[in-house]
Amino acid sequence: MSSYFFRRLAYMLVIVWLTSIASFLIIQLPAGDFVTNLATQYARSGRDIDQAKLDNLRRQFGLDRPVYVQYFHWAANVLQGDWGWSFRLRQPVVDAVGDRAGLTAAITLSTLLITYVVAIPIGIYSATHQYSIADYFAMFVGFLGMAMPGFMLALILMYGFLNAGLSVGGLFSPDYMRAEWSLDKVIDLLKHLPLPILIIGLSGTADLTRIMRATLLDELGKQYVITARAKGLYETKLIFKYPVRVALNPIISTIGFELPYIVSGGVIVEMVLNLPTTGPLLYSSLLTEDMFLASSILFFLCFLTVVGMFISDMVLVLVDPRIRFTGREA
Amino acid sequence: MADKLHPAELRSSGLGSASDAITVKKGHAELSAEERYYLASQWQMMWRKFRRHKLAIVGGAVLLVLYLSAIFADFLAPYPKEIRFEKFAYRPPTPVHLFDEEGQFRGPFVYGTTKERNMETLEAIYTVDTSAVYPLRFFVQGEPYDVFGLFETGIRLFGVEEPGAIFLFGTDSLGRDLFSRIVHGARLSLSIGLVGVSLSFLIGVTLGGISGYFGGVVDTIIQRMIEFFMSIPTTPLWLALSAALPKDWSIVRVYFGISIILSLVGWGALARVVRGKFLELRELDYVLAARVSGVSEWSIIWVHLVPNFASYLIVHVTLSIPGMILGETALSFLGLGLRSPAVSWGVLLEKAQNIASVAIYWWTLVPALFVVITVVAFNFLGDGLRDAADPYKQ
Repeated sequence: MSSYFFRRLAYMLVIVWLTSIASFLIIQLPAGDFVTNLATQYARSGRDIDQAKLDNLRRQFGLDRPVYVQYFHWAANVLQGDWGWSFRLRQPVVDAVGDRAGLTAAITLSTLLITYVVAIPIGIYSATHQYSIADYFAMFVGFLGMAMPGFMLALILMYGFLNAGLSVGGLFSPDYMRAEWSLDKVIDLLKHLPLPILIIGLSGTADLTRIMRATLLDELGKQYVITARAKGLYETKLIFKYPVRVALNPIISTIGFELPYIVSGGVIVEMVLNLPTTGPLLYSSLLTEDMFLASSILFFLCFLTVVGMFISDMVLVLVDPRIRFTGREA
Repeated sequence: MADKLHPAELRSSGLGSASDAITVKKGHAELSAEERYYLASQWQMMWRKFRRHKLAIVGGAVLLVLYLSAIFADFLAPYPKEIRFEKFAYRPPTPVHLFDEEGQFRGPFVYGTTKERNMETLEAIYTVDTSAVYPLRFFVQGEPYDVFGLFETGIRLFGVEEPGAIFLFGTDSLGRDLFSRIVHGARLSLSIGLVGVSLSFLIGVTLGGISGYFGGVVDTIIQRMIEFFMSIPTTPLWLALSAALPKDWSIVRVYFGISIILSLVGWGALARVVRGKFLELRELDYVLAARVSGVSEWSIIWVHLVPNFASYLIVHVTLSIPGMILGETALSFLGLGLRSPAVSWGVLLEKAQNIASVAIYWWTLVPALFVVITVVAFNFLGDGLRDAADPYKQ
């Protein structure tokens, strides 16, 4: 167990390191940098800015150094908790991101949790009541969830809410937007969470429900179930004690892979719903080549995913000892 | 035996009856269901299995219609995609009627509209003018267009006479017909999935094949690479990469740029399938026989191994096209993918980003409906193909 843990931990750290390089380099890809972007903005609005000032800015931001030097500088600072400077917002990245990182993590994790909590019972019900009206309904919603991209669902729900005279978007009521954290603010947050969670989680839930239904249906047709039934075991006990446990396995073991999926879908939904999370900030920073901010958010999202996968792997090993011998790497 | 015999029963009926069926020489028409089952080639079996999947047939038919409309967009659309009806900005859809106000049958026609402006909100208000009746004409002469660069014609499937106008799905802020733009947009939206999938197919099969066929260090490196790609959330990656595309690129270059970006993410899963299959197949005797006979590694892979799991590849490819289509739509929706004047479903939806305008001009969401229909159709088709890929499995 401990050797597996350390092997897996080392592997995770390597991946985290690689994602940090990737996050930094991808943001460097566009031609030019923040300063050239600034210069074009000045030029467009007809104002003059002299070359010396631009060069000075570039030197000040460290943009005149080779990319790998910039990377090591940034990475070393990140390790010390300094994520760099946001050119556009004129404040440290850590302050610019602020609560957004925590809120993103909260939304991601609660979506993950709710996805499973909802998908497993529906999958079980669908399989045990195959071809019933509820089963067809679940399948229909499932197909819809699969085909409807999150941002469209968000738009349609917002449209519906708007017509019903309800407010949509955001995570807080106006009163709490700028308030300090308090119990009331948390309660207000909880009231706003269900909509984004529903939207981000629907496609994942649809997916899991289908897998759960299919695997359970496979199990239900097996002989041991017939045997148990012939021996007079109560149906509920029979189902939950044997086939459900077997069918849960593939679902639980992919828990880590749901994370990139949720994070990925979340980014766009957050933008449409205008949530105070990292997605909209990433988008605006990409457009303005605010590189440290963009790299940091990209890296944060990858970090969240990779660490989440690691934790879920560890939990799995604790829960199901069989996994130890195969592992994800096998 | 009855005609509608289930293959499972046939299989359990044993070998004896099968060999009997083959030895008896009869005309094809006289063969019983059982005999036909045993004489069928693998592709026939697959087709038979596929045909039983009703939803897959429906999905396939829908896709056929969509792709055909994309190819013949100029003919199907009543107007060219850029033409602006300045008098008709944000005009709601014009329903096609069969009966007029008095309940008299007039054939398909549309009413004219009169436009007023609410002076407080400056919003245009269109009222239906039931006295102006414009009958729908088929195969009308409209704006001329090129037919695949061969010749020029102006024949369009339907249209109404001036000054009437037909906007099945309304118009956008510049008074462009949304229906025509959706039909034209299908060209980019539907093809980008195919191009992206072909790219990721190429990468996936090549790397997966190398990984599974040669094994060893190469295998380990490629597997780690796949895991790395699979643990990165796709959308942020897509966003960052497409933000990196130069703004001054032409439509064609952006189109291929986006396809490459989309395919970067999709190849990993395919490579895994291919690798697994290679690991399974390379140990078989016929591969050994081929190698002993001096067949090159390259032809062993492409001539002997790939056809063996081609059906799995087809299934996988079909099921990964919708992801690409959704990816393009999302990127263009955010303004990071294809950009105007290119027309794709995502570009059309870009206007719908503003929920306040969607609330008034609900028809600007119609392109989303086409995305959803396409994605569902691909999934149904893929499901059917998955069943058919292994026709022996019950």
